[in-house]
Order: sequence, then C-alpha cells, then structure tokens
Amino acid sequence: MIVYIIRRLIAAVLLLFVVTAVVFVIFFEVPRLGGQTADDLASRYVGKTAGPEQTHLAAERLGFTDPLYEQYGRFVKGLVAGADYDTGTSVEHCPAPCLGYSFKTQNAVLPDLLDRLPVTLSLAAGAAVLWLLGGVATGVLSALKRGSVFDRGAMGIALAGVSLPIFFTGLLALSIFSYNLKWTPPGGTNPLDQDNPWDWAASLILPWITLAFLYAAQYARLTRAGMLETMQEDFIRTARAKGLRERSVVIKHGLRSALTPILTIFGLDLGLLLGGAILTETTFSLPGIGQYAVIALRNQDLPKVLGVTLIGAVFIILANLIVDLLYAVVDPRVRTS
Amino acid sequence: MRVTAIAAGVALAISLSACGGSSGDGDSDGGGENSTPEFNAGVNKVYNPSDTKGGTLKMANDADFDSLDPGDTYYGYSWNFIRNYTRSLVTFKSAPGEKSNELVPDLAESLGEASPDAKTWTYKLREGIKYEDGTPVKSEDVKYAVARSLDKDILVNGPTYFNDFLDLKGYAGPYKDKDPTMKNFKAIETPDDRTIIFHLIKPFSGFDYLAMLPATAPVPAAKDTGTKYKEHVLSTGPYMFASNELEKRFTLTRNKYYDPKTDPDTGRKALPDEITVDLNVNQEDIDQRLQAGDLDVAISGLGVLAETRATILQDPDQKKFSDTADQARLWFTSFDNSVKPFDNIHCRKAVMYATDHEGYLRAYGGSSGGKIATNLMPPLIPGYKKIDLYEFESKPNGDIDKAKDELKQCGQPDGFTTNISYRAERAAEKATAETLQQSLDKVGIKTELKAYPQDDYGKIYAGNVAFSTKNQLGLRVYGWGADWNDGFGFLSQIVDSRVIRPAGNTNFNVKDPEIDALLDKALSTLDTKEREGLWADIDQKVMEGAYYLPGVDAKQLLYRPERLTNVFITNAYNMYDYTTLGVQK
Repeated sequence: MIVYIIRRLIAAVLLLFVVTAVVFVIFFEVPRLGGQTADDLASRYVGKTAGPEQTHLAAERLGFTDPLYEQYGRFVKGLVAGADYDTGTSVEHCPAPCLGYSFKTQNAVLPDLLDRLPVTLSLAAGAAVLWLLGGVATGVLSALKRGSVFDRGAMGIALAGVSLPIFFTGLLALSIFSYNLKWTPPGGTNPLDQDNPWDWAASLILPWITLAFLYAAQYARLTRAGMLETMQEDFIRTARAKGLRERSVVIKHGLRSALTPILTIFGLDLGLLLGGAILTETTFSLPGIGQYAVIALRNQDLPKVLGVTLIGAVFIILANLIVDLLYAVVDPRVRTS
Repeated sequence: MRVTAIAAGVALAISLSACGGSSGDGDSDGGGENSTPEFNAGVNKVYNPSDTKGGTLKMANDADFDSLDPGDTYYGYSWNFIRNYTRSLVTFKSAPGEKSNELVPDLAESLGEASPDAKTWTYKLREGIKYEDGTPVKSEDVKYAVARSLDKDILVNGPTYFNDFLDLKGYAGPYKDKDPTMKNFKAIETPDDRTIIFHLIKPFSGFDYLAMLPATAPVPAAKDTGTKYKEHVLSTGPYMFASNELEKRFTLTRNKYYDPKTDPDTGRKALPDEITVDLNVNQEDIDQRLQAGDLDVAISGLGVLAETRATILQDPDQKKFSDTADQARLWFTSFDNSVKPFDNIHCRKAVMYATDHEGYLRAYGGSSGGKIATNLMPPLIPGYKKIDLYEFESKPNGDIDKAKDELKQCGQPDGFTTNISYRAERAAEKATAETLQQSLDKVGIKTELKAYPQDDYGKIYAGNVAFSTKNQLGLRVYGWGADWNDGFGFLSQIVDSRVIRPAGNTNFNVKDPEIDALLDKALSTLDTKEREGLWADIDQKVMEGAYYLPGVDAKQLLYRPERLTNVFITNAYNMYDYTTLGVQK
C-alpha cells in the first residue's frame, strides 16, 4: 500500500510539471502564435500612457523577450528554489515554492492564494457535506420508491437544480433571505471575519445551499440510477434470500456498491471546487480562490492565472489520490486486486 | 408560511422606503437643499443636508482601484475618493452642480500665481497641515511627490501631464536619479518650507488643473515605499488607513492630525467616523444591496446596471431614490482616415448623414442613458457651444438623400465596404455597431463587425495604427471622458495630432495643423472666457472636418440610499461627492 501511495505521489508531481508546462504554453506562447509580440504581452503591465520604448523596456524587465524555455526554466527554478523580483524600487524575495510574482499588485502569488484558501475551504467543505448527504439520501429514497410522488418530485427538483445557474439561484437567494427577510448576512460578508462559529456558518449558509443545490441534484440522479441498477443484481436477491433485513440489504450491499462511481465524481468535484468555486464566490462576492481567478483573468495577470491553475491542479490530483485510496475502503474487490 | 414571510419583508421594505429621508439639521454649500426623496433630488442641490457626525459609510466597488497611491491613479472615482485621505495643492470645490467645477486651494493658500508667459507657477502651502503621524507637511514633500509620479516605469497608472509640461531637462524621477537632494530636478523649486515653484517647458494657462492632480499630494521621501506605498498612504486628509487588504477591502478611520481650520475652502465635511470600501463585489449584488439599504455608495460612480436601471425607473418608490448624472463623456465613432475611402471627407460626411442617431441612443439605453450628441464637447465642459452641422437633432433617423449626395461627391455613388470595430465585452458598443451597420446599409455602405477584447482594444487592436490599417478598421466605436471638466482636459488627447503614437491611441484621425495651432493658442491664453471660446472653435473645426461621428452625451443613473446625508452630484467627477457624504445612524 505504501509503495502504491509513493508511486502515486511521484506521478502526481510529474503531472503537476506537465500541467505547468501546458499552462505556460497556453498563456505565454499561444498569444505569440496569434500574432502578439513580447511588447504586446508587456503592455498589460504598463500604464495606458506608456509609449513603445517604455513597453519594450517592461517586456525586457519582465523577461517576455527571452525564449519560452528560459521563462519556463525560471518559473520551475522559482518553484524549487525561490526567486527574486526587481520591482524597480526594491528587490522582493519570493521563497520556494514560488508560484510567481504579480507586477500588477506587486506581491507574490502563493501568499495571496494561501490567504484566500480558508474561504474556499469553508465554502467547499460545507457545501460538500450538504450535497453528499442530501443528494445520496434523495437518490436512494427515489430509487427505493421508484415511480412514487416523492421520486417524481425529487427528480423534478433535481432537474431544476441541474438546470438553474448559480448566478441566478444565488442572487435570488440573496434577494429574498438577505435583503428582504434579513435572515442572512449580505453578499460580500467574509466568513473569516466573523467572531464565532455561528456567524461563520450564517455567512456561508446561502452559498452552501446554493452550491449544494446544484451538486446535490446531480448526485441524486446518479445515486438513483446506480441504486436502481444495483438493486436488480443477483447478490441483492441472494442477500434478501438469506433473510437479511431490508435496511442492511440497501445500505450495506446496495448503497455500498452504488457509491463507488459517486466517490469518483465526488473527488473530482471537490478538488475542482478547492481550486476555486468561481461562480459561487463571484455571485456572493466571497474573497476566495475562485474570485482571485476571476480578478486575475480580468486583469490578464498571467502569474496569478498560472498560480491559480497550478493550485487547482494540486487539489484535483490530491483529491483523486485520496479517492483512489478510499476505493479500497468502500469496495473490498479493490483491496483484493 | 414562507410566501407570507417574504411578502411581509417586501411590504416592510416598501414602507420603510416610503418614510423618506429625515430632515437635515445643518447648512450645505450648494445651490439649494432638499430632504424630500424625489427623482433627481441630488442633482444641482444637496439632498438630506446634515452636519451630524458619526457612523460608518459603507462603499463597494465591482472592481479594484487602479491604485490607492496618489501618484499612481487615473480613475475618476479614485480622484474623487482620494480627497478623503490626501490633500493636493488645489482641488475642486465640494458643491452641487456647476459650482463643483470651481478650483479652490486645498494644501495651498490660494490658486497658483502665474508669470505673464504662463510658464512659471507659484504656490504657497498653508500653515499647520500635518501628516497622520503628526509631522508637518513641507514644500519639498510636494516636490518629491510630483517627482516620483514622473517615473512611469514604476508608477504606471497616472497621467503624464507633469512629464509633458514640466521643464524636466532629462530628469527621470527619484527611483532612477537616486540623489536624495534631487538637485537635478530643477523643474520644481522649493525656496522655503512653504513655497513651491513650477517651471514649465511651454505655457499652460490652466496649470491649476495640474495642481489639482492627486500627484501633488505630499509624500515624504523617507516614507516612500515605491510600488508598495499604495498599501499605506501617509494621510494628510480627514481620514487615514486603518486597514488595507489588497483586492478585498480597506477601512479608513479619522486622522486626528487633520485640522478643519486648515481646510476652509474645499467644502469637505468628514462626517462618518469610518469609511469601509469592499472591493471586487459582484455588481448585481451591489445594486441589490443599495436598494435594500445595506450599502451606501457604489464607488465606481458608473451607475446601476441597465437591468436595474429599468426596474428603478418603472417603480416610483425606487425612482425617488435615484439621480441621473450627466457625464462629461461622449460615446462616439471615429474614422480611420488612412482606410480608404475615409481619406475623402465626403465619404465621412456620408456616414454622418446616414446614421440613425436615435438608434445610437437606444444602444445606450435610450433617454436614461444619455442624449443625442451633435458635437464633440459634452455640455458639461465650460465653454460648450451647441454645434449641429449635420442636423442630427432635426433628422434623428438620418438624412438618406444628403448621405447619397455625399457619396456621389466622394466618387462612391453606389457605396463601399468597410469594417466597424467595437469592444467585445460592451453590449452597448455591440448594439451601436449593429445599428450603424443597418443604417449605413440603406445607402449602400456595407460593413463587417469586428469585436476585440476591451483591455487590449487601444494598445493592440483598434487603437494600434498598424493593426487598424492592416485590418481596414474604417469605423471605430469608442468613448471618451474628460480628465477634468475643461476643454483641454477633454480635447487634448482626441484632437491633437501630436499625441498620435504607434499604439494606445484614442485619436489617430485628426491631423489638422489649424486645430493644433488653436490648442497651443488656448494653452497660452490666461483669460478664461477667451480660452473657453477657443475650445468651442476647435470643436467647430473638428465637426467641419467630419473626423468624428458623435453618438451620445452620456448619463448614468445613481442610486441614493435612504440613510445617506449630504448627497449631491458633483459635476467635477460626474458622481456623488465622496467628501461630504454622511450617514444616519
């Protein structure tokens, strides 16, 4: 098992380097293929009154005139050994692992991301609990009561959940619960600024529910389909024939088997969310990694975009690793193989 | 049960709104006062006047400031807001409507004293002005502040007026020329701790406008942290930074060393005890929070979203809490004269006549978004004169016959083909391009629409001479706002042929020596009325040359939450004045 984990970790590190290389090419080389010069890239880092000479000097200072492999080499070196950045008035040291330095906001990328991570973690963890419990429970009940009013109602709501975008449900929820009923804090409330756990939860309850509504809908439909298929299997009939209680049949045998694909998707979804719940954080103005990604893209701040992408990739790879390990717990067949 | 609760909440909100604003208890500087909530109650008069101090003024921004550093900012709302924590030599008077266009001394005792040739300007600092740490402000701090703002490699965002007008003799700022005595910076003299003398390379009759720029707010050299200075600007204004979380929020609290006795002319009120500014907040949420009374000001001053605007204007209970702010901003379409056949004035005139001006206005939201513009200068600019050479007002849907006649004179009786560029993210500009396409099609001018990203629109695409020529961008949908409400502030960057550069242009179509000469004449004319007449003459020349197709003189709809006091629109910034606002606790 330990060898397996080490092998997976090495593969994960290699995969991260591949991701950085691909992202680097996308943001630094593809624009050149589209006709943009190093000066064009640098024009995002100078004022609107800058002349061509000034822009070219900026391109040289930022290293955009160097060959791509040199730029990438500097980035990787920064990851491993740290880097120094000349701001023009001082030299800023960015310790390893240095994900880059923004010349727009004049600060290193990693501290920014770490500063915002707790908000994203708070959002993703709470929402994940809600959608996993709500979605799976609804899916199981729908499968067991197939064709009932509950089943039809739940699947109807699930369809709405899948169809309605967060920027609609989120704004609607804010309008009703924050601004009319005043039950919840307004948008933009930072959960980390709250004095106690209750206020922390209150500041997140709408984003949690809105986000969970979307995911729970998908999970309910997946669980229902999985359970319907599993409950028709021979081993379920055998379990019943052995006289096991229905509750045991459903939970220990049916659900356990149907959970494997759910777990796979859960890992991916959670990893993706930890890399930034872009729509939810934007709609509720939460200062997390997703909002950071939007700001970085809007300002075309390439080091920040690269940093967000990298941290997103880290979370997805880690989440998949954990899910792979959990397979062994959920499904004994994996253990034996 | 839930429906009942929601209905009760809505009813409560409406009933609270209907209570209206409370009566004021103090004087205002404006041309009238008003405590009754009604549409445009904050236009040309003070709404809800009050001298009551205390409370927290809550502001939010859908994006971020370009910089909080006074030497590195170019956004209008930033120049408005920055007066809360900095004081420049001169500033605009905080008063409603036209009175706000008046320049008044702030850090200085009086407006600048000009030499007869308008090339030397002298200011004297007031006594008793201190920084937030209690140290006194000296003239050399103003000199240093201007010097550091010259370095556009480091402080990239601010305007370049000081670079253009000061007699720098090659001086590039204190980050490059590290001599602490700044002996190589001879463009500014400080013979004593209170006197500051500017030496210009050419006459500039309106130099007080440059003394108004935030870059003249003092910065002590010892406290300058370069690109990091924006994280904590040393205050000279009524407020100072209590906290600053980059890209998230910042809070201002009272500066105990600000003495209102040293600030008799500007009209600052400094009423709230605290000002909070949330950054990067979703604009839809900002609109909702304003209407719910949870937020006091949308700091960008750009008004509510188009969909919110429609809702507010249709609901009398909401409309009475809103104001329409005229903007010193023109939405226009410019010609690239290097793209044939626009090198021929008659082909340009054909477009002027063929355009559906009502359609142009509809693209910007109809009458709530502005009014049909007939010439270049917006009405808010002092010296504005109405010029309607192409009968936009009497023929708001265009004049097909005259357009065809111009096409004949241009040698293109059957029309021609060209391209229209616009900023992809801007729905109004896309709608403008579409309405132009339809109206020009009626006279045989076939067009193809080209969308480009707004961030690179000027530098890489439509404002880049080589790109525009290569891609035959004959018509360019765009807009322009005045840096300040003055003919030079509005016109210089869009009609002076000498500002044309390879990229980042707003103007690359007006290359008229007569217009350049008129601009130079205006800059050396010290008499205000005469100078304003020259701006109008330039406007006339530009319209005669058919260099620009004026579209819409812009307006915005601002929302004025019930608990705000001392609310009025300042024409100087075309939004609420941010130094006078207070809140009911």
